[in-house]
Amino acid sequence: MNILVCVKQVPDTTEIKIDPVTNTLIRQGVPSILNPFDGYALEAAARIKDADPSVNISVVCMGPPQAKDVLVECLAIAADKAYLVTDRIFGGSDTLATSYILSCAVEYLEKTNGAKFDLIFCGKQAIDGDTAQVGPELAEILGRTQVTYGLSASMNGGAVRVEKEVDGGVEILEAQCPALVTFTQPHQTEEEAQAHPIPRFPTIKRKMAAKKAEIPNVTAAELSMIDATRIGLKGSPTKVKKTFVPQRKTGGIKIQEAEAADSAKKLFSLLSDAKII
Amino acid sequence: MEAKTKDVWVFIETNDDGTAKNVGIQLLTPGRLIATKQGGKLVALVIGSNADAAINDANTHGADEIVVIDGPEYKHYSTDAYATALTEVLKKHLPTSVLIGATNNGRDLAPRVSSRINTGLVADCTALDVDEEGLVDWTRPAFGGNLMAVIKCPDHVPQIGTVRPGVFKKPEETASKANIIKEDIHVPENEIRTKVVEIIKDMGAENVDLEGAKIIVSGGRGVGGPDGFGVIRDCAAALGATVGASRAAVDSGWISHAHQVGQTGKTVGPELYIACGISGAIQHVAGISGAKVVVAINKDPDAPIFDVADYGVVGNLFDVLPVLTEEIKKARA
Repeated sequence: MNILVCVKQVPDTTEIKIDPVTNTLIRQGVPSILNPFDGYALEAAARIKDADPSVNISVVCMGPPQAKDVLVECLAIAADKAYLVTDRIFGGSDTLATSYILSCAVEYLEKTNGAKFDLIFCGKQAIDGDTAQVGPELAEILGRTQVTYGLSASMNGGAVRVEKEVDGGVEILEAQCPALVTFTQPHQTEEEAQAHPIPRFPTIKRKMAAKKAEIPNVTAAELSMIDATRIGLKGSPTKVKKTFVPQRKTGGIKIQEAEAADSAKKLFSLLSDAKII
Repeated sequence: MEAKTKDVWVFIETNDDGTAKNVGIQLLTPGRLIATKQGGKLVALVIGSNADAAINDANTHGADEIVVIDGPEYKHYSTDAYATALTEVLKKHLPTSVLIGATNNGRDLAPRVSSRINTGLVADCTALDVDEEGLVDWTRPAFGGNLMAVIKCPDHVPQIGTVRPGVFKKPEETASKANIIKEDIHVPENEIRTKVVEIIKDMGAENVDLEGAKIIVSGGRGVGGPDGFGVIRDCAAALGATVGASRAAVDSGWISHAHQVGQTGKTVGPELYIACGISGAIQHVAGISGAKVVVAINKDPDAPIFDVADYGVVGNLFDVLPVLTEEIKKARA
């Protein structure tokens, strides 16, 4: 069985600061990381492989050449093969154009490998764009069944069984392969997360092998079927009109009386005077 | 492809019992604004099973027209049944714009459908307007709330966006006036490719409606343990508020995941958000950007939560919160 995990290299949004003078994002010096939700998807694939070592895990990443770093990381964690989908003409793609390019890459890889991907796993969303759209859009273009908000997955014969997060609990869904599943953060306590980090830590041996692994580029030249009118900035139906840094609260009122009880009373009178409570 | 009408459609998501989820009714507010500016009707689309309650709810909250797709296959949400129904009805009527609540189901459905229709989709919007050309300006947070982007979909119809629950308030109730149009769209069982094996209700999640809450009192790492949520619950009870939590508190196992606010939990838009013992990690702050007023109580004066707070109390939450609760009780007695 073959599983493809789609990953993205993202800026670590927890490290992004705002320049107080220009009121713009400071991207310089912000580390690039494997999108955390994609790490959950990779771990879900690794657990299926734990149960059946014959499973083959491929990872694919669309991005600039330096995005190869996250592919090396995925190889070290659990993947068997990795591919970088990269071409200048892919730049500026919105979610629909991105999912179209990825769908072409999937078809190309299936053709060159001579085998279908039974499962495609994605992170629920990337922490930079936060759209959660590429997974379902890719599933639609490929005509595959989709399950979103997955917490974990296992195989039941020819079907994938997914624990899915829904309002008010968890739903267990089953879908026949081929299917596409997106993953969110599994519910773990801190103790569980320390004992079983998601994704798992790579072994030294896997780390060494990953560094030496060959990671083929998949460019527009390989994707001969691609329709150039559906990619890049021009092929994207949505356009960014402008971006701005949201107004920070400057008029926030600080309350710090000598006695906590007095602070609480002051807060209450301010809130009730402003008719907030 | 061009729009057939200048109408705005609002998707009214239903619960299994045929009632409407709050967000659909809330979206009739920006739906009306867009319809007025674009010169079209405000149409509510109800998909569900025996959904009279949802139809009535849309009707008493200002919809000009209600399109209903009713069938047993729509009782419980499935991607395949809903995507087929929504695609067919949108292709038939081709409105200019469509608003869908950014619930788990809404964000599962909308990209499937926009991809099938080959149009643009904007995710999890927090503000909506219409420009001078009649195009919707979809405003949404990105980079964990550090950046806002205004997005357009100029050359494709319909323009579709998912909109964050809680950001807009329901319109005032009015007399029912809508034309009700039934669309006969059915999806055979064998075309629904996912099977529900089991539904596991989270007992801790009952009555936790963070998305619909007017007031949320939330606890974080500073709460110190499951018992520490006692003072949070007391304050919430006095205010008629919903209890929220940061990821740190949920990961520590102190409270059920259903209470989690933030990037991996629920994004919320209450009138008042009281953050107690929450440091204010960017993932948490991103989830409360829809809140009108933020109060922070934290003993660390440098906690980043104070940067987004309208009222910041520097102090131990266990000393501050019980007094606040007493004051509220006195005032409301």
